[in-house]
Amino acid sequence: MEEFDLRAQRLAALCLLGAALFSYPLLAVFNVPATVLGIPVLYAYFFVAWGALIALMALVIERPD
Amino acid sequence: MLEGWVVVVASFAYLGLLFAIAYYADQRADAGRSVIASPYIYSLSLAVYATAWTFYGSVGRAASDGVGFLPIYIGPTLMIALWWIVMRKILRISKQNRITSLADFIASRYGKSALLGGVVTVIAIIGILPYISLQLKAVSNAFTIVLQYPEIAMPAKLGTAPVLQDTALSVALLLAAFTIVFGTRHLDAAEHHEGMVAAIAFESLVKLLAFVAVGAWVTWGLFDGFGDIFSRAASDAELRPLLAPLDGVAGGYASWVWLTILSMLAIMFLPRQFQVTVVENKDERHLKKAIWMLPLYMLAINIFVLPLAFGGRLHFGDGMVDADTFVLTLPMAERQELLALIVYIGGLSAATGMVIVETIALSTMACNDLVMPVLLRLRWLRLHEKPDLSGLLLGIRRGAIVLILLLGYVYFRLAGEAYALVSIGLISFAAVAQFAPAALGGIFWKGGTRLGALAGLSAGFAVWLYTLLLPAFARSGWLPIGLLEQGPFGIELLKPLALFGVAGLDQITHAMMWSMAANVGAYVAVSVMFVPGAEEHRQASLFVDVFRQVPEGTQARFWRGTASVPDLYNLLARFMGIDAAAAVLAEHQRERGAPRKPEGLAADAEMVHFVETQLAGVVGAASARILVASVVKEEALSLEEVRTLLDEASQVIVYSHKLEQKSQELERATRELRAANERLQELDRLKDDFVSTVSHELRTPLTSIRAFSEILHDHPGLDAAERSRFLSIIIKETERLTRLINQILDLSRLESGRAAWNESLVDLRQVIEDTVAATSQLFREHGVRIECRLSEPVPRVRADLDRIIQVLMNLLSNAVKFSEPGRGTVAVSLAREGGALRVDVRDNGMGIPPDQHEAVFEKFRQAGGALSGKPQGSGLGLHISRRIVEHFGGRIWVTSAPGEGACFSFTLPLGGRGRLAEAA
Repeated sequence: MEEFDLRAQRLAALCLLGAALFSYPLLAVFNVPATVLGIPVLYAYFFVAWGALIALMALVIERPD
Repeated sequence: MLEGWVVVVASFAYLGLLFAIAYYADQRADAGRSVIASPYIYSLSLAVYATAWTFYGSVGRAASDGVGFLPIYIGPTLMIALWWIVMRKILRISKQNRITSLADFIASRYGKSALLGGVVTVIAIIGILPYISLQLKAVSNAFTIVLQYPEIAMPAKLGTAPVLQDTALSVALLLAAFTIVFGTRHLDAAEHHEGMVAAIAFESLVKLLAFVAVGAWVTWGLFDGFGDIFSRAASDAELRPLLAPLDGVAGGYASWVWLTILSMLAIMFLPRQFQVTVVENKDERHLKKAIWMLPLYMLAINIFVLPLAFGGRLHFGDGMVDADTFVLTLPMAERQELLALIVYIGGLSAATGMVIVETIALSTMACNDLVMPVLLRLRWLRLHEKPDLSGLLLGIRRGAIVLILLLGYVYFRLAGEAYALVSIGLISFAAVAQFAPAALGGIFWKGGTRLGALAGLSAGFAVWLYTLLLPAFARSGWLPIGLLEQGPFGIELLKPLALFGVAGLDQITHAMMWSMAANVGAYVAVSVMFVPGAEEHRQASLFVDVFRQVPEGTQARFWRGTASVPDLYNLLARFMGIDAAAAVLAEHQRERGAPRKPEGLAADAEMVHFVETQLAGVVGAASARILVASVVKEEALSLEEVRTLLDEASQVIVYSHKLEQKSQELERATRELRAANERLQELDRLKDDFVSTVSHELRTPLTSIRAFSEILHDHPGLDAAERSRFLSIIIKETERLTRLINQILDLSRLESGRAAWNESLVDLRQVIEDTVAATSQLFREHGVRIECRLSEPVPRVRADLDRIIQVLMNLLSNAVKFSEPGRGTVAVSLAREGGALRVDVRDNGMGIPPDQHEAVFEKFRQAGGALSGKPQGSGLGLHISRRIVEHFGGRIWVTSAPGEGACFSFTLPLGGRGRLAEAA
């Protein structure tokens, strides 16, 4: 089936990864009043994890078949 | 430079620029050179998701609870990861059915139901009103605030202006006029608004740049980088909790999860998102870039939200300035007039982008799925007799745009002041989320029915009205507040903010939970309870199985009836104009390869289907159905018939698939047979050659034996020396004959696979030394020197000792034969090479020409014979050697040039032949 090609499966897996990254309990782990490089841990985590997720999505979708 | 007239001129100049871009893009589109046929423009246009909510509201939200603004952008990122599965399917379906809006999509899926389309439209319009009012509020607030410069005054504190002097009303009317000029200048058959898309993409750039500009200025201009802002916030007692904020948020993680789900659904089902993502899509492949570029855009526009929020609170202290306005008031307070103007324009672009696309999408829905189906049913309007209805369509759409914006303004007056920007927007998100079960269920579950969708949508929407919209009016004082505090008629269980006693959740989580439960529950329950109609069943199949290759003309087979070509042509002409109608019909007939039908002939099912699809692209599926039904006589198909047709279609697919497989198998088998046949013929030829060569080889020694025997027999008087010489020749020839016959027997055993192999671990070094010692007598006889260059001890290999000796003997005796007596030298060397042992036997004889390198290993080929004129040996030795070496997984070959000697080499794999076979 064309609908369930490998690319679609990888992207669906990334969606699940994202869902895990941005929900309890991982968020609770980073929800602490500390800082990295002057930036609160939680905020740094959000933007780094988010950026990494987008990079992975780009990698999967732009990879030639 | 923030005087009133400058701001007004700048606003109009910006809107004028937008219009110029749209006009240019429309011109290019008419010339056939589209500017929006690019995945980058497509991705930017999708960023219409970021509105005044993002531009002003995110900072407001962040200032009060830290990370609460983020799920609105992380949710879409997660959803977009699934777009390759979900959105690609929606795109394919929409292209096939010429879908014009979300309402059209849902109505079309459930049997082209006009009622369902109408319900979706009503929900969409009512649900989106708060969202539009949010944009009006943001723009008019920004305008009012800028006009107070250099004062920083909040609009709420200035008191409510009378309606006629209200900036928000002017903004609403101005935007309505602008949208009308923009989106409904002419009626496009394909419902593409290329100019609008180009302008929206431009707006996305403007708002991003403006927001990043002010964010960078606050971070590095006003403060000393991210670290500075956060460390100052950490030392502020009120802000410190916001640095690890998730514990403090009401509802905590549950609220977080629901916000994420809510925005996952919003990115799909907001009418404007559906418009830009699906309806305005030029090419399915553009989705690839959008899948990572849209999330990246959202990430970029959010980076400076926290610095702005903390910066604003640190700068203004508490309470005086509304956090929703920090983006604008920070540069104003610091006298950064140009920056403030840029921010104002950025906010304007965020709001106008949303309002333009949203109202165009909603007005298309209102026209196609609400007004037209009703008008077409009112016989006394005599719409069927009007020659050209495109003017009417445009009029309805323009009216709808004005009406929707005015309703948005009314909502703003009634309920706008009680909530922050984000809270207003979330109410709309929750409304459009109600479309998710019917729409997503519709493309993956054939069992969903029209009644189920109606029940689900109504139930979900009712709960939304009760738990979100009602409280909004109550808080604004338009309904008694007691409704919220004591429940209707004092019934505690029915309190809108704590339905059935479920308290302790924030308003959105509470409403989403109940409305989704009602929606999904009713959709599934009613769907499975009642049998669907024929049309529904057919559409369900077409939507869910859109990726299956359907044979040509399958869709048309579902129609049975009589229709005439002129009737259909006139129908098309009334909605598309005469020229466009003639053009599409001619195109259609050319594609089918049918000759242009003479007027008056009956139209076939395929043509009726084509006309209906074309009409659907203009007025929506439900209206198109009514229109086509009005000019043709149709027979209704029963559910059973539709099922049979669908089964037939799917059987045809299965059969053709099987046929294809079978023919591929056949082809493969034929190829194999042909190859086998060729191989057999080759073997046959080889056998013949072999027999004739063997007979020849056997005859040569036999002839000479016979000749010398006859001489001895006929001449008894030969002297003893002569006799002895002849006898020794006879003995030598007999030996040769014996050797030859032995080798032939050996070869036949090897070839038939009957040869016995006694495998053991063999020390090749030892074998070579022994063999060289055994042949040293031979070398001495011929006056040839032999050298052994054996390296350090090597691992043992698994092989047959006797066979390896046979190979070595053969190579050594060959080397002797072809070396010049007296000055010949033969060198034997052994070395490890990768995973194998390599043996070289090098002589300095006459060498072998390159074209013979392969031939010497063939049966009865003798380089020696060809070179020196006399046969030496049987011509089987090298062939047998090759068979032996290859049996153990090794390789044997020769390197040589004439006159420079020859080097025969062979390898034996260290791990035995199994290892090599695996590696190969």
